[in-house]
Amino acid sequence: MSLVKLDQVHKYYGDFHVLKGIDLNIKAGEVVSIIGRSGSGKSTLLRCINGLEEYQQGGISVDDKEVTSEDIQVRRLALSVGMIFQNFNLFPHLTVGENIMLAPTIVLKKSKSDAGTIAKAMLEKVGLGDKFDSYPEKLSGGQQQRVAIARALAMNPKVLLCDEITSALDPELVGDVLKVLEQLAAEGMTLVLVTHEMNFARDVGNRVVFMHQGKVWEQGDSKTLLSEPKTEELKQFIGAVL
Amino acid sequence: MLNFSDLLPYTDVFLGGLLTTIELTVLTTFLGVMVGTLCASIRQYGNKASRRVVTAYVELIRNTPFIVQLFFIFFGLPSIGFLLTPWQASIIALTINLGAYSTEIIRAGLSNIPKGQWEAAKVLGMNFRQTLMRVVFTPAFEKIYPALTSQCIIVMLGSAVLSQISVQDLTYAANLVQSRNFRAFESYVVTALMYLGLAMLMRYVFSLIGKRVFAYREVR
Amino acid sequence: MIDFSNWDIVRNLLFATQWTVLLSLAAFVCGSSVALCLSAIRLTRNPVMVRFVKVYIELFQGTPLLMQMFLCFFGLSMMGYEISAWGAAILSLTLFTSAFLVEIWRGCIDTLPKGQWEASRVLGMNFLQTLRFIILPQAMRVAFAPTVGFSVQVVKGTALASVIGFVELTKAGTMLNNATFEPFKVFIFVALIYFALCYPLSLFSQFLEKKYHVAR
Repeated sequence: MSLVKLDQVHKYYGDFHVLKGIDLNIKAGEVVSIIGRSGSGKSTLLRCINGLEEYQQGGISVDDKEVTSEDIQVRRLALSVGMIFQNFNLFPHLTVGENIMLAPTIVLKKSKSDAGTIAKAMLEKVGLGDKFDSYPEKLSGGQQQRVAIARALAMNPKVLLCDEITSALDPELVGDVLKVLEQLAAEGMTLVLVTHEMNFARDVGNRVVFMHQGKVWEQGDSKTLLSEPKTEELKQFIGAVL
Repeated sequence: MLNFSDLLPYTDVFLGGLLTTIELTVLTTFLGVMVGTLCASIRQYGNKASRRVVTAYVELIRNTPFIVQLFFIFFGLPSIGFLLTPWQASIIALTINLGAYSTEIIRAGLSNIPKGQWEAAKVLGMNFRQTLMRVVFTPAFEKIYPALTSQCIIVMLGSAVLSQISVQDLTYAANLVQSRNFRAFESYVVTALMYLGLAMLMRYVFSLIGKRVFAYREVR
Repeated sequence: MIDFSNWDIVRNLLFATQWTVLLSLAAFVCGSSVALCLSAIRLTRNPVMVRFVKVYIELFQGTPLLMQMFLCFFGLSMMGYEISAWGAAILSLTLFTSAFLVEIWRGCIDTLPKGQWEASRVLGMNFLQTLRFIILPQAMRVAFAPTVGFSVQVVKGTALASVIGFVELTKAGTMLNNATFEPFKVFIFVALIYFALCYPLSLFSQFLEKKYHVAR
């Protein structure tokens, strides 16, 4: 059974047809990497899945609940879909601990102490147990991104969307973040990543989706697809990034 | 020729005036920033009609002198049935005035908040009000805090005009004293210095508050 | 008692508006001249002079304009310097205007990258040449919008001259109020006239700011 289901999704920015009929099914526990050139619509696709962007035709559902960008829907959706951004988007005026505790206390109405316990556990998980009282700006990019992952995990999501989460990092910090993702994948978390990390897509991911000109151009098992691309476009793309 | 000792018998008068000015300032700084925060939020996030109303309010106040606003409220409104004491008229006038200026300032802070902050809050399930209160306001105020401080001080200094509707503030005290002892220069110099001290004190208090509220900036 | 029609009120107010405009212009011209001198002094980087400008700004920004007017008018005449309300108003508005303009212009000069000074130095220009050919032309472009914006404060500041008895728009308003007992109407007219003077300046300043930002 599919956890995330996209059925003939079309999206326009004004006259510009960004997504041209996307079909995609993602099962619980799957790790799906979406790859493609910039402008191919991959980030937009991700943002449609959690309602940050509207789509004009077709249907998207997560955990059998339909996704629309109505504000209230996004909030309900937030309970099952977590998202991590390229620029971390931590709240600068809150400590790491407060960043993680905020949504559990005011959205899930958990007590401060419960939320604190969760926050500590999640920080341990991403290897930052000692940063509870630090402010985000004191952390490196890689640490900030791991806090962002912990913050998303604290809402206990069923699926985690990652929008180019290593693109803004210095190369030497990328590994720490990927390691956390790998561990999450091993624990059975459903991950959907827009990424340029081909090695990660091949070694950790189950499936790769190649997007081109607003369409799912080619998809399949990650190892097979990346070693034996069928379409000319994917061959070119792989040639360009590797 | 200068003789400041003639002022000494009037110490109580000066202190009384100073106290009134401080009271008015504390109260209206608080109220004015509240009005400004509300109006700035409407102007930044409200619908077209409400944005228009706020813009009209801001432009009207910013493009007329405070003394005229005060006279209109104190003399004009009673003539159509709203009776106001000088104290009430002063509080209304100062609040409306600071409200308009701080609207512009605070709005600049709000528009400075990156879209990503809103999106991050949204995907965590927070609603508009929660995001505004818990995520947006603090960093927004931090950006414009110096400008807001200056504006509050400008409004405090502008409150000298209230003496014209016989509010017994610091300026009123100065006028009273110089009419009794004919020491205009001395009286006004001392009063001006008291205002200067008050302005510096305000800057200091604001920076203390700022250091606490925006502590996350200090720890770098 | 004479009956005042609306037109009588407006006519008298408009007559007094001339003085508001004249006072504003005089204050602005004198104020910006003084501000120009102070800016030049500040740019010499002579510590004593810089300190002087700092105290000047602190003093005239940190005290009420009304108090400055009282000092110029009542204070000076008590000290034996006879001064008219008109003179006192211009003097105090000049101090007030210059204190703010120096600060505004300082901000504009400081936004220019340090490299501009260094590049000019390297090219062998002296201080005045650098100022004249490199810094001022750029700073003036940046300073135009906020300077026009501040002129609104000057126009509004002239209203305080009414308190020392100079008959400009606000004083005319209070006098007409005493004659007509129609404060609501009179002060709305007064406010509208000020708005008509100030709002175009505000709009112009906003327009300049947008234009500059686009140009950048």
